[in-house]
Parts: sequence; C-alpha cells; structure tokens
Amino acid sequence: MRRVLTLSLLDAPLELDPQVALRPEPFGALAYHYGNRRLVFMKHHDVVVVAEQLASHPSLSAALRACAIAESRWPAFAKAFAALTESEIVRERPVTG
Amino acid sequence: MSAQSLVDQLKGGLDAPICLTWELTYACNLQCVHCLSSSGRRDPHELTTAEAKRVLDELRDLQVFYINLGGGEPMVRGDFFELVEYSVTNGIGVKFSTNGAFIDADKARRLAAMDYIDIQISIDGLDAATNDAVRGSGSYAMARRAMHNLAAAGFGPFKISVVVTRHNVGQLDGFKALADSYGAQLRITRLRPSGRGADTWHDLHPTNIQQRQIYEWLLHKGETVLTGDSFFHLNALGEPLPGLNMCGAGRVVCLIDPIGDVYACPFVIHDQFRAGSVRDEGGFAQVWRHSELFHELREPQSAGACASCGSYDSCQGGCMAAKFFTGLPLDGPDPECVAGEADAMLGAVHVELTPRPSLDHSHRHPHSHPGRRPLSVSTR
Repeated sequence: MRRVLTLSLLDAPLELDPQVALRPEPFGALAYHYGNRRLVFMKHHDVVVVAEQLASHPSLSAALRACAIAESRWPAFAKAFAALTESEIVRERPVTG
Repeated sequence: MSAQSLVDQLKGGLDAPICLTWELTYACNLQCVHCLSSSGRRDPHELTTAEAKRVLDELRDLQVFYINLGGGEPMVRGDFFELVEYSVTNGIGVKFSTNGAFIDADKARRLAAMDYIDIQISIDGLDAATNDAVRGSGSYAMARRAMHNLAAAGFGPFKISVVVTRHNVGQLDGFKALADSYGAQLRITRLRPSGRGADTWHDLHPTNIQQRQIYEWLLHKGETVLTGDSFFHLNALGEPLPGLNMCGAGRVVCLIDPIGDVYACPFVIHDQFRAGSVRDEGGFAQVWRHSELFHELREPQSAGACASCGSYDSCQGGCMAAKFFTGLPLDGPDPECVAGEADAMLGAVHVELTPRPSLDHSHRHPHSHPGRRPLSVSTR
C-alpha cells in the first residue's frame, strides 16, 4: 500500500509553491512559505536541486532523472517530497489547458 | 543528514540570521516591570526612516524572510506603517509585538488588508489584576480591545503573547482558551532577567515546581502553542520539547536596537554583547559576518561546570542572557536549572555586583529620586 502512494507521488507533476522562497545554506537550504509562515530546513543539497527543477519536468521522477539521482535513492526522495508537500513548500502543479 | 548535525551546522552560524528582532523605538506608553529593553522614552539617536529603509534593503539582499519588530511600542513611530509596507514590498514578512494601544477599529482594518503581517498582542494575565501588576494600569483592557478590534476586522489568526511568570502559570489553560475564542494562536515565552527584568526577575520567575508544570503543560497541551523555543532549559526534565534545542544568539538570531546597534539576541542589551552597528561601514551584513563577538559565539562552547552533568545534552546549559544578568558564569548552569545546580550559586552572588543593562530609557519618575532634580517632567 505504501508502495502505491510512493509511486503516485513520483508520477505527480510537482512545483515549488509560488509563495515559497529558498535561501541557500551550507546544509542545503531554508525554505520559507510567506503564506503559512512555515520555515522548513531542507537538509540535503540534492533535494534542493531537485526542488528547483520540479516545475520544468512532467513528474517528480522525471525531475529526479534529469538531476541524475540514482533510482535506488528515489524512495528516499519520494519520502522527502511527501514531507515537503505536507508542509506546503511543494505542491502538485495545477492542471492547465 | 541527521537532526544533530543540522543543529551543529546552525551552531556554526549562517550567512544571514533566520530570526531577527528589531526594536524600532525605545518609546513606549507602558512601563512593564520586565521590559527586556528598559523602554519608555524615545532615544534621540534612533534610526531615521531613510536609515531604517537602508537596513531593510540589506535584509532583503540577505534573504531574511521575516523580521520581528518590537520596541518599546513600535506603533509609536510615525513611520511605522511606512516601514512595514516597505518591508513587505521587499519580500520581508513582518511580525510585530505590540501592547495594542494603537490598534483601534481603523488601524485594525488597515492591518487586516495587508499581506504577510503577523501581530502579537502582549498580555501577561487572564484578568486585569494579574496583568496590570506587571504591565501597568489599564494595559489589560488595552490588549483586549486590540484583540477585539483585530477579530472584528477579520485580521485572521493573530498571536497572543504571554511571558510566563510565577503569577500566571496557573492560567495557561485560560490563555489557550482565550486565544481559541479569537481564532488566535497562543505564544508563551520565558521570563528573562534582562532590562528592567533584572530588578524583578527574582520575584517573578516561576518556582521549581511551576517549571515542571510549564514543561508538562507544553508536552501535553502545547502542540499548537508557539514558544520561540525559549524553554529548552526544561528539556533536562525528560522528553525534549519540540523545537531547536540550542541558544541561537549570534548564530541564527540577533537584535537590532532602535539606534542601530546590533546585539547577539533580544535579551542581552549590554556592551558585552554588542557586536557593532548598522551605521558602521559595511552595514548589518559586515557586523553579522565579521564581528569578533559573533565569531566567538559560533565557536563550540564549553560546558564548564555542567560538563559532568548527564543532562547537559538535553538543556545545553540553558540561556546565556539569564546567566549573565543573574551574575552566573556563562559556562555554568542556567539560573533556573531544573536539577537545582544553580541554587547555591545564585545565593552566593552579590546582587549589587550583577551586570546592569547598559541602556535605560525608562520614564523618569521625578518623585522616585528625591535628591535628584528631574530634567523634564514630560513622559515623552
């Protein structure tokens, strides 16, 4: 069951919430959501790179592939992005056209 | 990367603060007995509007996401709304602390129409008697009126900010209910012996039994309550409270005072913790990145007398400011050490030898110094 959820997030078109700003830090980045005022520590550089690329790819997995993240690490990234979605830093891209 | 190493990284300092407090003025209509900045009278050298905007430009460039404005009473400044609007326009969200005196129905509507504004109304008692004993006569009604006006204007979830004292610990449930009744969020913080608090801390700070009460309350009912991570000294009682368990002074936190001086945190307005001024060449960024004091604070700190205590990892020795103004060594226990390690030490400190706050802008009370002729009887 967990596998199904994970797969669906990997297939989802994601983006950084437009109300979010990222500040690069030695440990990764600080993400701040101006709307809900949540401050989130992004504790891994690779997660930051992928987050910045999300909007230019049709799905999370496409963004991971484009950023040359090994497939063995995808479950960990799916988990990280599930948490970021939970805190509204990342959101599912609204369907257009 | 583990949570521990994140904390270690934060202890080494960041290129810009995460949490920056900016006291906009020393002027205040109130004279709270625990005021961290000994406020009352405006300082003639306070930053001008143009200087304040230059600081905001710098903070924007440093990507400081939000600032905490305070005072004194920040709304006393004639350019308060101008600065808030300038800040928000530049992508710096504003949270400000106020006693509510100036939030009438009109101002409440104006504030409700603005984006990225957070308001904290201070109140230190659930009833006028408890509150006004600390914050001054009429201040309870003032705060409640402001809360009412904000709610009526549809501001949304503002914050109700409580400094926990010996006299209001028993009211925590009540404060929570009060916040809920307005759709507001409760924030409780620790009483510090800073500013005028240096003179009142001994009588106002929670007793040992009350400290455990605060800890239990936060653990069981504090999920939606904000604390500014200010109670981490209580972590030695058991399961850690949520939040960053560390002193952020000069590492991720700092204070800009009304005249532009930069201090390590809002609780240490004293020469020993003054890192520089935004008026110095290089401005705020130069102070934040290169001041000797901040570099020292970012070095690994010695556990000193606490090194042999099994709880040091939990409480980190507590609050630097609390130790400093009670005359305890900075590498010793917090004055409210839950293991009681500070009790004997506090007893041995000569109160008259404890450091005094470097600045005092308290209102002059001509009658309280019979031997001294007042320079002015004006309260402004």
